[in-house]
Amino acid sequence: MNRPLGVGGREPEAATTNPGGAAPATRRGTELLMLAFATVIMTSALVLVDANQEQELTLAIVWYGLAYLGIFAAAHLAVRRWAPYADPLILPCVALLNGIGLVMIYRIDLALAERATQVGRDFSGVAPRQVLWTVLALALFLGVLTVIKDHRTLTRYSYTFGLIGLVLLALPAALPSAISEVNGAKVWIKFGFFSLQPGEFAKILLLIFFASFLVAKRDLFTVAGKRVLGVELPRARDLGPIIIAAGVCLSIFVLQKDLGPALLFFGVVLMLLYVATERFIWVAVGLSMFGAGCVLAYSLFTHVEQRVANWIDPLETYDEPGGGYQVAQALFGLGTGGVMGTGLGAGRPETVPEANTDFILAGIGEELGFIGLGAVLMVYLLLGMRGMRGALAVRDTFGKLLGGGLAFALVMQVFVVAGGVTKLIPMTGITSPFLSYGGSSLLANYILVALLLRISDAARRPQPQARQRPQQQQPPIAEAHTVMVQAPSGGGTGVPAPDPAAPSRPSNGAGAAPGPGPATNPGPPAPLNGAEQANANSKASSNEPGTEGESKA
Amino acid sequence: MNTPLRRVGLAMLAMVVLLLANATYIQVVKAEDYRDDSRNQRQLLYEYSRERGQIVSQFGGTILAQSSKTNDRLQFLREYRNGPMYAPVTGYYSWRYGSAGIERATNDILTGEDARLFVRKLSDIITGRDPRGGHVQVTIDPTVQRAAYDAMTSRGFTGSVVALKPDTGEILGMVSTPSYDPNKLASHDGKKQEEAWASWNCDPSAPNCGHNNPMRNRAIQETYPPGSTFKLVVTAAALEDGATADTPVESASNVVLPGTSNVTLENFAGQTCPGSTLADALAYSCNTAFAKLADELGAQKLRSTAKQFGIGMDDLSIPLDVEQSHLGPLDSSAVLYQSGIGQRDVRLTPLQDAMLSATIANDGIAMKPQLVKELLAPDLSTLEEYDPDELTGDRALSSENAAVLRDMMIASEANTSGEGKRSDLTIASKTGTAEHGNDPKNTPPHAWYTAFAPAEDPQVAVAVIVESGGDRGLAATGGTVAAAIGRLTIDAALGEG
Repeated sequence: MNRPLGVGGREPEAATTNPGGAAPATRRGTELLMLAFATVIMTSALVLVDANQEQELTLAIVWYGLAYLGIFAAAHLAVRRWAPYADPLILPCVALLNGIGLVMIYRIDLALAERATQVGRDFSGVAPRQVLWTVLALALFLGVLTVIKDHRTLTRYSYTFGLIGLVLLALPAALPSAISEVNGAKVWIKFGFFSLQPGEFAKILLLIFFASFLVAKRDLFTVAGKRVLGVELPRARDLGPIIIAAGVCLSIFVLQKDLGPALLFFGVVLMLLYVATERFIWVAVGLSMFGAGCVLAYSLFTHVEQRVANWIDPLETYDEPGGGYQVAQALFGLGTGGVMGTGLGAGRPETVPEANTDFILAGIGEELGFIGLGAVLMVYLLLGMRGMRGALAVRDTFGKLLGGGLAFALVMQVFVVAGGVTKLIPMTGITSPFLSYGGSSLLANYILVALLLRISDAARRPQPQARQRPQQQQPPIAEAHTVMVQAPSGGGTGVPAPDPAAPSRPSNGAGAAPGPGPATNPGPPAPLNGAEQANANSKASSNEPGTEGESKA
Repeated sequence: MNTPLRRVGLAMLAMVVLLLANATYIQVVKAEDYRDDSRNQRQLLYEYSRERGQIVSQFGGTILAQSSKTNDRLQFLREYRNGPMYAPVTGYYSWRYGSAGIERATNDILTGEDARLFVRKLSDIITGRDPRGGHVQVTIDPTVQRAAYDAMTSRGFTGSVVALKPDTGEILGMVSTPSYDPNKLASHDGKKQEEAWASWNCDPSAPNCGHNNPMRNRAIQETYPPGSTFKLVVTAAALEDGATADTPVESASNVVLPGTSNVTLENFAGQTCPGSTLADALAYSCNTAFAKLADELGAQKLRSTAKQFGIGMDDLSIPLDVEQSHLGPLDSSAVLYQSGIGQRDVRLTPLQDAMLSATIANDGIAMKPQLVKELLAPDLSTLEEYDPDELTGDRALSSENAAVLRDMMIASEANTSGEGKRSDLTIASKTGTAEHGNDPKNTPPHAWYTAFAPAEDPQVAVAVIVESGGDRGLAATGGTVAAAIGRLTIDAALGEG
């Protein structure tokens, strides 16, 4: 609890650059360098595809590479301007994944176009659209970075976000199938020439809501209920909100016949609960609920039963309608690729239905082999871990919960989709973040990344005048959160900080100042970070009323 | 709050590790299963996306099979010229039913996957040329193949003809009738393939099945009782055992099988053998003589000579896999009696039967039969040339004995009826009329003819089998049914057909 180190290990420059209160290195140069590296990889991939597909090698590829670098350089400049202390690896990881995704989508376009010519049909590729979506997504990314200067302001609108999230989730289910159904899943809203999956955005909005809600009500969830068999169960009434929220989301997902997001969503809620309360019992309760839900879904819905049969042996159900054909083709592709892969552009990824969306990882595994697939998974892991590091280092509870939740959601989504493609778990419809073709997924995930960057920026940003602003931005009474009210003890001031990631320890005494602030129920709003920081900085502050020390006991 | 966060981080790590472990299982452990699954068309599409090499004859470069560009998804169509005639050689290449014959045996060369083609493949990639497969030159002589195939099909016979070059083992002709058209299996239309396959693979006894296993390559995949042609092996064993052409042998019209009271073994038509020497016995194909001779020699000597002819070899590959020819158990005198005249459990492939004549023609040394003359790179440069090779490394019989046996076969040819005899050509031959089935006396016999010519300087050895009497039914003999086809084949091989 007191070690603010990232899972990835101690951040060296943070440990060294802060002896005299000097600002930590922004590491923007590293970011730019890594972005250039990602550009080189993406451009080489494009060259390989064109070579293997016997396309004419032209200078156009250089322009594509430069355009790609240009787009991400713009993003880089925005980060430099608005989040200078953000983690330097997050954006390059995203750029790399996005680039590989674009190359794969373009490559599958070529194959589909060839097939279309053979049967004399017209075909227009989707790669240009994905490029457009990327540009839009980066614009949105910039928007989020500029508008949300401090992630804690999000807590002010948490209920609004929660409501919008629910509406977005429910909307496609409520709309007529004609404008909401694609391939049996009612998760779309079609606007003429393009369509969106509002669920992707709902994912983030609800995550914000849950994180904020849990921070506010953390105390409640840590109160022990009855002890059964030596296990302290949570009180039944505390389960209420979470069961309702999860139940609503899950039923909407089930109604939409889209199981992937449901699985993802439930996993993230569980993770948030566990982190907020530090009580594993929530995970146990959640998992048993999940198990029961699975059994129920299996016996109630034939499409769930079919998915499970396809998972157990896709070769067996190969010829059945809705059977294992797709998964089997993915496995054939992965097997054909083997360790080294067939080479970019030399495989047949288009054989798998949905090759450029849900099954894009199968294409990567086929053409780049186990090595390529493993590398992509490692990039995802790196991305998730850097996000998690930001969450660990940031000083406020909400930031920790939100950052951790977003990072976990990303990796969990990868697990659900990659696990489905490689037959580790039953296949559920879900996209690979940044790789898959699809505007909604791309837009939403860029928002996610913007938030991760914002949090990691907050974690490393020196805070000389941080005292003033939060007080000016006092949250409305209705959204004043109990957890923020951690009157830090003065003990923190005297203890040398073991925490290098918390630069220039602000005087914790200042943090205690708002104690007599507006006396609102359930407690006065406090500076959002002062309390948590005092807590993190000081082992001696065990007498503080903050929940941290309490729950640790 | 950091402790649970850190645990969540570990959970994330665990998830990715799990994914990697599973990917290892799929892409490394199970990769081969998935790659080779018949429903996985990737390998196939890959093979079809390049120009598969040609199968050509060593004589005049006649093309047996080639690929031509199409504009559908499978970019090249496999075409067979005179498909049914060459089908036992080329086999077929089907995306639905796999492949057979040379198409299968030399697949790596034809696709260009062979290691010896790797450097060229690499340079193709760099220079941007379309990758192509190598070519296979087969030993088949189109004239011989045509003569034998026409001779069989014009008479409507079911059976096989094999022609060998005695001193090299090169297969000049390999015919199996009825045959099939591999073009239909190479069709890009799955339905057509399916129909063709179904019509050729029906049960011949079924009412609507018009064919009699046309896809079976009878020359190498089917074994038959060799009948009297097997007497060549018994004679060779006897000569090696010290007998001469003049050694006296049994000449009675019938003998009682040892160990039985009244089961007899008779000469053809119940006649007494016109002579009493070994030479006479072979010339007139006297059953009683060879029955007793086989018994006197015993299983061991018979086997050891048969082995040098190639009988019993279970790994012969030309490079098409050849069914094993064998003698059966030979565990009693009665069995030896019957085996001595090529009945009981003795079974030879038509190729093996041709190898009997070829070995005698080649001074008693069996040569390894081969169908592939050369493997060629896409630019027609030689990758590998097959050299003649002895089959076992040991003689089946000495040069002198081979000459003795040759003379006996010339005498046998003189006693053989059938069309196509020529005064200007000396043929050494042996006929056979092999009983088979559950009721051998009332089942039309298989008619055999094995020969080589010219006797003084052998250029070709042949074996002909016409299943179940051909057009003569119960009255069929090797001489009346099979000999004419053998002689036509020999003529073609000697350039006078």
